[in-house]
Amino acid sequence: MRALVIDDSRVMRRIVSGILNPLGFETVEAEHGRAALDVLESGMPVDLACVDWNMPVMDGLEFVTSVRANRAWRNVTLMMVTTESETGQIVRALAAGAHEYVIKPFTPDAIREKLQLLGLVDQEESA
Amino acid sequence: MSLSPDTFTFVADLVRRRSAIQLESGKEYLVESRLLPLARHAGVADVDAYVRALRNAPRPVDLEAVVEALTTNETSWFRDAQPFQALADHVVPALLDGRPGFGAPTLRIWSAACSSGQEPYSIAMVLADAVPHVQLRILASDLSQQMVDRARAGRYSQLEVNRGLPAPMLVRHFTRAGVDWEIAANLRQSITFQKHNLLDTPPTGGPFDVVFLRNVLIYFDLATKREVLRRVQQVLRPGGYLLLGAAETTIGIDEGWERVAAGRGSVYRLAARRAA
Repeated sequence: MRALVIDDSRVMRRIVSGILNPLGFETVEAEHGRAALDVLESGMPVDLACVDWNMPVMDGLEFVTSVRANRAWRNVTLMMVTTESETGQIVRALAAGAHEYVIKPFTPDAIREKLQLLGLVDQEESA
Repeated sequence: MSLSPDTFTFVADLVRRRSAIQLESGKEYLVESRLLPLARHAGVADVDAYVRALRNAPRPVDLEAVVEALTTNETSWFRDAQPFQALADHVVPALLDGRPGFGAPTLRIWSAACSSGQEPYSIAMVLADAVPHVQLRILASDLSQQMVDRARAGRYSQLEVNRGLPAPMLVRHFTRAGVDWEIAANLRQSITFQKHNLLDTPPTGGPFDVVFLRNVLIYFDLATKREVLRRVQQVLRPGGYLLLGAAETTIGIDEGWERVAAGRGSVYRLAARRAA
């Protein structure tokens, strides 16, 4: 499986990739929404996009809206990963088509459990 | 730094007597990591010294704190989604099928060992969405008073709501309260919280249609598992359901139960001959 990691912070991209790689994702990093759309437009198959909200050039909400507007990308699961934590913002992102929402700061477990909810990572059998 | 065998034996014995939870050897790390904050709080350098001081001058409040520290778990909301799916898709439809249709049906559910409340609130959220017409009466109990108080407060940090709680449920059932999130009042009102030891007389509020007893039996020895199941049986309505953790079963403990096909959930019911 392949994941797009979209964040203008290189450190944050590293952290998210570092969580996704051991879960079986190959990651491709982009520093804003426009760069991430370029990846999708190149035809590279992508299963998941972890998207920051506030970024230069194209923000996360605009990226989510653009992905949802194109049927060719309907199988891309969209997860916001952002410091935006107001209920209204979460509702906006979900309404625009984001499937899940993780608020920074987060633990690796938080990302893994959200991916389990989305069916992208297996449920563990442990207690 | 490693724990002395003497310390471990004392703590394991204390925990077993107070809670019936077995701390097998190999769990030294757990004792050390859970008790270190207590030691630090008491101004003692390490867990051995803390436990030594405790043994010399045992105060009930300190002993209680040790037991609490070792019997509480960090929990997430739907990390294991199976029991909640089984509840909404199989168990509740089957229960409602057998109820006469006068007025709003009531379901009584016991979340035994509710920890910091994620389980009873998850039950309430799932059923509020799946069967909004049903009246819920949920009893949430835990051995730890600290956990019961936390659960009752229904207030969770940003880090906690990130843990396995679907975002649509977060926005539907929680409101911001400063830097925390608070569960909706209507859900909280359907739940009663109570400190309870599974080895004591079963709690009031039953008989229950469903008992959640997840990830509890794994900590007990065989005789205690049997005893806990016997007490659950006393408060389970005939035809009611028992939901265990994914890694748990009644098989080999008490053959009076039978597994029910309910998705991938670990769901049990009293076998017909026992229920009769």
